[in-house]
Amino acid sequence: MNDSIDVMVNGEPRTVARGATLLELLRALELDPRAVVVEHNRAIVRRPRLGDVTVAAGDAIELVHFVGGG
Amino acid sequence: MTMAVDAVRDTPFVVGGRTFHSRLMVGTGKYRDNETMARAIEASGAEVVTVAVRRVDLDRSKETGILHHLDPNRYVLLANTAGCFTADDAVRYARLAREAGFNEFVKLEVIGDQETLLPDVQGLLDAARTLVKDGFKVLAYTNEDLVTALRLEDAGCAAVMPLASPIGSGLGLLNPYGVRTIKHRLTVPVVVDAGVGTASDACVTMEQGVDGILMNTALAAARDPVGMAHAMRLAVEAGRTAYLAGRMPKREVAVPSSPLEGMLD
Repeated sequence: MNDSIDVMVNGEPRTVARGATLLELLRALELDPRAVVVEHNRAIVRRPRLGDVTVAAGDAIELVHFVGGG
Repeated sequence: MTMAVDAVRDTPFVVGGRTFHSRLMVGTGKYRDNETMARAIEASGAEVVTVAVRRVDLDRSKETGILHHLDPNRYVLLANTAGCFTADDAVRYARLAREAGFNEFVKLEVIGDQETLLPDVQGLLDAARTLVKDGFKVLAYTNEDLVTALRLEDAGCAAVMPLASPIGSGLGLLNPYGVRTIKHRLTVPVVVDAGVGTASDACVTMEQGVDGILMNTALAAARDPVGMAHAMRLAVEAGRTAYLAGRMPKREVAVPSSPLEGMLD
């Protein structure tokens, strides 16, 4: 069994370890969990739960933050 | 000696239960760098600062975010839904923004036309109703149509934000009558959003009696954004004060200011 899976992160294909949590995904991407908001298959995952939610193959994950805007 | 402004008593500027000293709100987009942005915002005196929600750039994640330059304890961060063309998208962006954890305020934009960025009023009303029900304090970007503004107020919006002219156009206040009518008829604050290009535009807009102005490009695209921010601060105060002081009536004929009596033979 392959120990990595394919997911979509911000619209781009990414490979992550099987069984990885959202928190581990953020760490792998070197993102501070306090600085991003995570949407997992269209549902917002609150910060305290990032370590509880496991990523599955084919999942769509959006990582957003604030940028300059009017 | 009493300052002139003390003679003109203003009502507090309250939006969504929060009182603000400045009637100028500013955006954070399109600045040449974050340092200039931070200095311009400081010079503007604004307390409400808009931001947008976008994907993190995964290849440049080391880049410092905008929040490094904006203290959330000092400024009320007003997330927008800019770029959203449907009510569903706008609601999605608003919920993501709220999750960042600063406040319940959202500047709601539902755009109906790519070229003019004019609002889709049906989508706007749908999204406003959903977000109000969801506990948001909605500041709704709209056109200068009175009926839409009334519907947005009915929907429970915390403020209604008619445009002066299209976003980023700098054309100034194209429909003073429309904006004035909205202000006369609404109870919630009316904050003109978009289109102000320079200080005189801001002053004329405030002279209509609206509660405030939100602007971005006028500062960011000025040759000297910090200088323009200072000018806008003064213009908003000047326009507000002139509105409260009440302008003289306009006449089609000249009326001398000096006495007619006492002239030499």
